[in-house]
Amino acid sequence: MDKKYGVYICTGCGIGDALDIEALSGVADEEGLPVQTHPFLCSQAGVDIIKNDTEEKGINTMVIAACSRRVNFDTFRFVGSIVERVSLREGVVWSHPRDQFAALTADEKEDEANFDRVQMMAEDYLRMGMARVEKVDLPEAYQLETFSRKILVIGGGITGISAAIDAAKAGYEVTIVEKENQLGGQANNWRKQLPLSYPYDTTLAPTIADQIKELDNYANISVRTNTVVARLAGEPGNFTVTLKKPGEKIEFDVPYPLPDEMKVDEKGKELNAEQQHEKYLEYNEGRKDILKLDPNGEKFGAVVLAAGYKPYEPKDGEFAHLGFGELPDVVTNATFEAMAKTGRITRPSDGKNAESVVFIQSPGQDNDTDFEYAGAVTSLVALKQATYVREDYPDTGKAYVFYQHMRTPGLQENFYKSIQQDPGIFLTKGEVVGVSKNGAGLVVDARNTLLGENVKVKADLVVLGTGLVPATKNDPVINLAYRQGPSFRDNIDLFQGYCDSNFICFPYETQRTGIYAAGAIRRSMTMEESIEDASGAALKAIQCLESVNRGMAVHPRSGDLTYPDFFFQRCTQCKRCTEECPFGALDDDEKGTPKPNPARCRRCGTCMGACPERIIGFADYNIDSIGSQVKSVVVPSEDDYSEPPFRILGLVCENDAYPALDMLALKGLSYSADVRLIPVRCLGSVNVIWIKDALSQGMDGVFLLGCKHGDDYQCHFVKGSELASIRMKKIGEALASLALENERVAQFEVAIDEYDKIPQIINEFVESIETMGPNPFKGF
Amino acid sequence: MTENKAPASGSILVVGGGISGLTTALEAAEVGYEVFLVEKNPYLGGRVAQLNQYFPKLCPPTCGLEINFRRIKDNPLIKVITLAEVTKVTGAPGDYDVQIKINPRYVNENCTACGECAKVCQTEIDSAYDFGMKKTKGAFLPFEMAFPARYVIAPEIIGTDDAARCKEACAYDAVDLDMQAKTLDLKVGAVVYATGWQPYDATKIDNLGFGQVPNIITNMMMERLAAPNGPTQGKILRPADQKAPETVAFVQCAGSRDENHLPYCSYICCMASLKQALYVREQYPEATIYIFYIDIRSPGQRYEKFYQKVKDDEKIIFVKGKVAAVEAAAGGAVTLTAENAVTGEKSSQTVDLAVLATGMQPTAAEAKLPGDITYTEDGFILNDFRKGGIFAAGCANKPADVVSSNQNATGMALKAIQTLAAK
Repeated sequence: MDKKYGVYICTGCGIGDALDIEALSGVADEEGLPVQTHPFLCSQAGVDIIKNDTEEKGINTMVIAACSRRVNFDTFRFVGSIVERVSLREGVVWSHPRDQFAALTADEKEDEANFDRVQMMAEDYLRMGMARVEKVDLPEAYQLETFSRKILVIGGGITGISAAIDAAKAGYEVTIVEKENQLGGQANNWRKQLPLSYPYDTTLAPTIADQIKELDNYANISVRTNTVVARLAGEPGNFTVTLKKPGEKIEFDVPYPLPDEMKVDEKGKELNAEQQHEKYLEYNEGRKDILKLDPNGEKFGAVVLAAGYKPYEPKDGEFAHLGFGELPDVVTNATFEAMAKTGRITRPSDGKNAESVVFIQSPGQDNDTDFEYAGAVTSLVALKQATYVREDYPDTGKAYVFYQHMRTPGLQENFYKSIQQDPGIFLTKGEVVGVSKNGAGLVVDARNTLLGENVKVKADLVVLGTGLVPATKNDPVINLAYRQGPSFRDNIDLFQGYCDSNFICFPYETQRTGIYAAGAIRRSMTMEESIEDASGAALKAIQCLESVNRGMAVHPRSGDLTYPDFFFQRCTQCKRCTEECPFGALDDDEKGTPKPNPARCRRCGTCMGACPERIIGFADYNIDSIGSQVKSVVVPSEDDYSEPPFRILGLVCENDAYPALDMLALKGLSYSADVRLIPVRCLGSVNVIWIKDALSQGMDGVFLLGCKHGDDYQCHFVKGSELASIRMKKIGEALASLALENERVAQFEVAIDEYDKIPQIINEFVESIETMGPNPFKGF
Repeated sequence: MTENKAPASGSILVVGGGISGLTTALEAAEVGYEVFLVEKNPYLGGRVAQLNQYFPKLCPPTCGLEINFRRIKDNPLIKVITLAEVTKVTGAPGDYDVQIKINPRYVNENCTACGECAKVCQTEIDSAYDFGMKKTKGAFLPFEMAFPARYVIAPEIIGTDDAARCKEACAYDAVDLDMQAKTLDLKVGAVVYATGWQPYDATKIDNLGFGQVPNIITNMMMERLAAPNGPTQGKILRPADQKAPETVAFVQCAGSRDENHLPYCSYICCMASLKQALYVREQYPEATIYIFYIDIRSPGQRYEKFYQKVKDDEKIIFVKGKVAAVEAAAGGAVTLTAENAVTGEKSSQTVDLAVLATGMQPTAAEAKLPGDITYTEDGFILNDFRKGGIFAAGCANKPADVVSSNQNATGMALKAIQTLAAK
């Protein structure tokens, strides 16, 4: 694109009152760029000026110096043009009010030894804006060579069936794969099921057969039972999937990454890329490398992972205090359900009627938590199973449910209330302390119950309310042919085996683009919840397909047309980009050269931040575009002023920190006028070179401002701010080579609502730099 | 199937711009459908915009709202209409005529959010956003991060000198005092009601003293007190005397699980009180907290972990029992009387501040919505997927936390799309 520049300065909202607009315009003049000012640029008249320039003068690259880009986004949208918004209002004028940052008087202006910090700030920001537009281009959408709209649903239980039907109803072709030889999953094992709809007051005869049958109504759904995914390669819109029979060993079984201990030689020295690759092939003998595409693989565009759960199996000796393992009449709820499914409830020990059954919801031992992986499901299941006792033995049957907390949230309370009506079902709070043998039966000891302080209940059978373990806990299931490994990696550990990443705000976003989890692999869910969850996952799969087909990113940079571009000639095969990508978007070959999969990419730029050779960039966001902004900051030295002001660079996360900066401006708070802030996509995208550039041109300090990391991370890209903090810890060497103090570089965490804390964070950092004294490189 | 087009066309109307409505609207628009998002307030975000932090991560809801707002900004397929209500829905699935009433903001698109109007406005009105605990100017920005970032002139000051002053102060001709309500007719293929919930009116629960004793507040008021942008800039203080509380009691199931009020469980109040207990503990390391409960409903690994973390705090005392009464005590304190559910013992506890964990009532319970809709006895909208066309998402459909609302709302985007596809 042949760029034709235009600079537009708004003088409204106090900008014109606070700044010397003529001098500011001079900054553009100096660069030979045409500049216009307007008292109300976002008005129709103001916007028309820009539009006319586009039409009449062919201006296609605009620097609009007005308010924050977070406002008037639609007013200043010029499709087909490069637009840079310079935030004079929030970034300069409102956050540096003249009553605290006095302007120079006419007399003071006469003396060149005086300077106006706020004016300098505005001029720098304008220079930075002009520098950026010179270095960026309009994005061209990434187009897949082949595109499939088909959706793969892994798991043929109720979640998978529902997801398939939901996607099919919207017009998409779907294949369900199920590892068993029939559909239905866990629901096949139930005698009765929990209610599926309001008023939620009674159990239902199993509905799974009807739901399986409904699949027949959809010609666009195909079903493969007795089938699992051997590997899933490629990227959304173009996945190549190898299916196989369970237990089969084939050459397209997914290879696993080399464990860390195998990446070194006997002396502990790290092997080079080619040696590691050799080891990796040995380690995965008989399996093709991930980059080898299965020529017979099937094409899919997106995946719904509905692999469900396995009933918890207590370990040896676990729950011994409840007699489990030793007493055959102490069973899990899954065993009980299976028994109830096949006939009358009896005692496993002697086959006699089990007319008195105790259900235990919490393992106790001075702890009031439910069994692991319980969720609210096991409370509801205990209530359901209590009705079986009453069904089988209407006159004599007694069911006792001992719970610490009855978990029937929301409208499920209705089910709890309806069960309470049954005179043969005793529901009580209480801690079960032991189960022991009592003749041919059992006796359950409980404390602090509604039935008495210490009670002993005779039982024929004791049922433990054990939980639903997500299938992904010990098995990748999706078997991704990705260099980072076959499963969801990071968040599995954090979330006890569940597939998730930003589970509050964006519950379907896994760390693997195009693969959307649903049902019990996300958390313990009832059938009703699973059916509902399947709809959401199906929507996300469809949305991903359509976005990829348009060359657009999915969440959280939805609609972004840029993607990382690699200049491979200079790649040193260090593999950092592949290893650090939070989304596993990159695969490297046997030499360690990364293979990008743009449709897997979320566009955070972590690869760009990681690359020591600086060969990765986006059309509108790259090493040079930010580097040039840094370099365009004027760093005054003693040659200019006897006491030159300090210059401190702040790289701020555009997701949370940047809006918080706008908020503080709106609130009339202020911070040092000696800092220059540049928004970045994510702190993970910050390349150390920008910091080096800033310091080698004489800036006195650099700080990063971004999201909280750790277990409760707020990073939109999961790992970005954490990776940045690791890089910042390692920056010492680079600083030492410049003979600078470590403390000149810092990273701060800030949440979006902590705008009131930012002034202090910034000002204290500035003060600490001032105490250290100016950067010795200044002026060179 | 053509490669470049989604399989159906048509528009979707989403009613309610809280987290559920935002989610349905965005998820549908990002598939490629045109969406009209209608919100009755002058801003988007609904209830979550009033929350200080989300459980269990203790992160600010504005973080998630901001990215959703950004998605709206980046997606011209979403048309946001604030200060608007749906007044009529006629037609059949795939083909609805809807009428929308847009109430006047008295501020037009010229507004730069510079704030000069608020500076000159002298009248102060109760801020509904802060549950009346704060006054706001008659010309106001609903809150800092409000989207759209545009001021509102309160109808209360229309016709007063203040209104004239606001108009005069605006350098951008953005104040339009003659603005009238108008109606907008739209053709859409599907309607999703995400009309959310309101806190159950605690004054109806006579025995719990709300409205009679000033130092008894609701959980939603607590959110505002703890929020940095709230009436006390985030300091949790007793409303009556602005004293820092040394003891705080949380009354669970205030109205919920109660046949006289809300017969169902409101899903979020246990987790909300656990979270709020931490708000207090963080501000006042010496404070003691009592939580009176029937069952702690913190289902799932994450919520259970959160509960255990709160329980590990020795200054947070859990009392199993339903509170029978909350009354005024000496010095602004309040006394709670509770019956221990297990032992039957009556106990009483005097504290500086009592927080009623009031439940959620569907907005539609009191104002029925247009269109062919079936409700539960309590005003939740029942979804009939076989009929299709009109759906309910989030808390309009059932009591739910933010996680479940977002899940449900994402799915409803697909249900709406299916309606268009079936046309």
